[in-house]
Amino acid sequence: MILKEHSAYEYLRHTKKFPNVWCSGCGIGIVMSALIRAIDRIELDKDDVALVSGIGCSGRLPVYLDFNTMHTTHGRALAFATGLKMAKPHLKVIVVMGDGDALAIGGNHFIHAARRNIGLTAIVINNSIYGMTGGQYSPTTPIEDLASTAPYGNIEQPFPICDLAIAAGASFVARSTVYHAVELDRFLEKGILKEGFSVIEAISYCHTTYGRINKLGSAVDMMRSLKENSVSMKAAEKLNPEEREGKIIRGILCDLDKPEFTALYDQLIERAGYTKGARLRSVRSL
Amino acid sequence: MAIKMMQGNEAIAWGAITAGCRFFAGYPITPSTEIAEILSRELPKIGGKFIQMEDEIASLAACIGASVGGLKSMTATSGPGFSLMQENIGYAVMTEVPCVIVNVQRLGPSTGQPTSPSQGDVMQARWGTHGDHPIIVLCPTSIPQAYQQTIYAFNFSEAYRTPVILLLDEVVGHMREKFELPEEFDPGSPDRPTIPEPPEWYRPYGDTPSDVPPMANFGEGYRYHITGLFHDQMGYPTQRRDEIDPWIARVNRKIERNLYNILLYESDIPDQVDTLIIAYGVTARSASHAVKLARLQDLHVGLLTLYTLWPFPEDLVERLAATASRVIVPELNQGQLALEVERVVGRDKVTRINLANGKLIPPPMILNVIADHKP
Repeated sequence: MILKEHSAYEYLRHTKKFPNVWCSGCGIGIVMSALIRAIDRIELDKDDVALVSGIGCSGRLPVYLDFNTMHTTHGRALAFATGLKMAKPHLKVIVVMGDGDALAIGGNHFIHAARRNIGLTAIVINNSIYGMTGGQYSPTTPIEDLASTAPYGNIEQPFPICDLAIAAGASFVARSTVYHAVELDRFLEKGILKEGFSVIEAISYCHTTYGRINKLGSAVDMMRSLKENSVSMKAAEKLNPEEREGKIIRGILCDLDKPEFTALYDQLIERAGYTKGARLRSVRSL
Repeated sequence: MAIKMMQGNEAIAWGAITAGCRFFAGYPITPSTEIAEILSRELPKIGGKFIQMEDEIASLAACIGASVGGLKSMTATSGPGFSLMQENIGYAVMTEVPCVIVNVQRLGPSTGQPTSPSQGDVMQARWGTHGDHPIIVLCPTSIPQAYQQTIYAFNFSEAYRTPVILLLDEVVGHMREKFELPEEFDPGSPDRPTIPEPPEWYRPYGDTPSDVPPMANFGEGYRYHITGLFHDQMGYPTQRRDEIDPWIARVNRKIERNLYNILLYESDIPDQVDTLIIAYGVTARSASHAVKLARLQDLHVGLLTLYTLWPFPEDLVERLAATASRVIVPELNQGQLALEVERVVGRDKVTRINLANGKLIPPPMILNVIADHKP
């Protein structure tokens, strides 16, 4: 049954693509609906939104949504988005990545986009694994957990995504989970409205690979563990260090007002002597 | 700007501005860096954008992103950076996003000799990215050619929605020649033509009589999907043979049917030639000098200078080589374009001259080979 009166309806592409590629029970769809709600609440014009993704399960998200959408190469979504944002600064450019996409192959672009403080919204859907390729360990796989390429347990320490983003210079950093969908809407909304570089870590799960290999049960069980193992920042303050151990701490971890890159670039252009709207008449005049 | 001594890299920067380039993303690398330096200074003056990215992968990615946003875009690099760009070159082919990639070749492999010339990337420019694909590669021999071919590179890129590679060598990039920007100068438009149909009829990868569907920029009312996956006419991923086959056919056809336009060359071939030299880049300059010396000795020799290396002008080479008893291909590599010449005219007919140690081929070296020949 198609609910045409549903608020998400006008944001979906109905031409071809459904049903989607994700396993039933996957958290990515929840991130997608949270994103739709956030955009709907801000009342952005669909023409003014660009959705850029890399490779992996998360990379497939843009195709379902009726915006300017671009599915790029593995790890490079932020670099493509940087060019697009510079060409069209009025666009709200939202970049959807997975943990492997954003932090392994794309780690360099991630820290440099944050350092530039360019006005992109980076959503990192963190399921601690490479799902699409069959459950290999990622830069966020916890120590000792199993993966299809870590049959004796992972010995590499995971990247703390939000800490990394803050240290690299992002303006806005928040973390929530796919269980806390309403909270996720709110963080996405704030991130999109932020002038500078914003990062929203959406903690998800992959019951098909990671959950199966580590015997964590079904999607429902994994969803339940997101509920039980996470606390808000406020609640976390009341916990002692032992109680906080292993907990996902949800909330807005950083919210700063810093000059945004494309705005600074406009000032640079002015300093270089360009008058807005002027057309080049002769190269010899330069 | 009056007549001045200009470097090849400088001519490329001015050629890009002339062609309407308004976005450059790059990463410092010898011997191409002057292009970035000049454009970082000049682009903002005309409202263009320059960014130094964190690596060459990001540089080409940013160019493609900016091109999708409506700015004509270019990046410039050398061997190691060109290797890093290969994946995104394939992405630009697959998504049909125009962009220009300058590779000022240096001696390789690896770090090699950053300040020495080479023509070692001829095959990489053709086949560096994975998968079958058409590509356009231009190769200037002089400063005026560098300027002009940069403009051609942008025009081809926009006209056929394809990445275009401008392949220089360190010498053409760094040497200086007298050059004057054209007097009556009419800069190319930085804007793409408007889309004739309304958004609801727009098919970003549709079949059109020209085989090149018009490109809509993001943020201008034409919302569509771009992907590096095989896609249908709407840009949506597909695994259907009946959608993949027509795409492959069209993307190859759009280049093939425009060869008359794309294949740039210069021929200096008298009626009676015994020997034909086929050369490109800085080697064409050595060859041109050798031809002059040979003619002083009444040797019958012609020179074909290729400015378009890929697609390889096989019909042209076949026709021009038909009357010559042999063909000499001098190159600053172990023999790369010679493989194509041999394919077209036959191995027996081809003599290679190869130097791949960072030095130029001296004209007498070519002259000796010409004079050696006993018809």
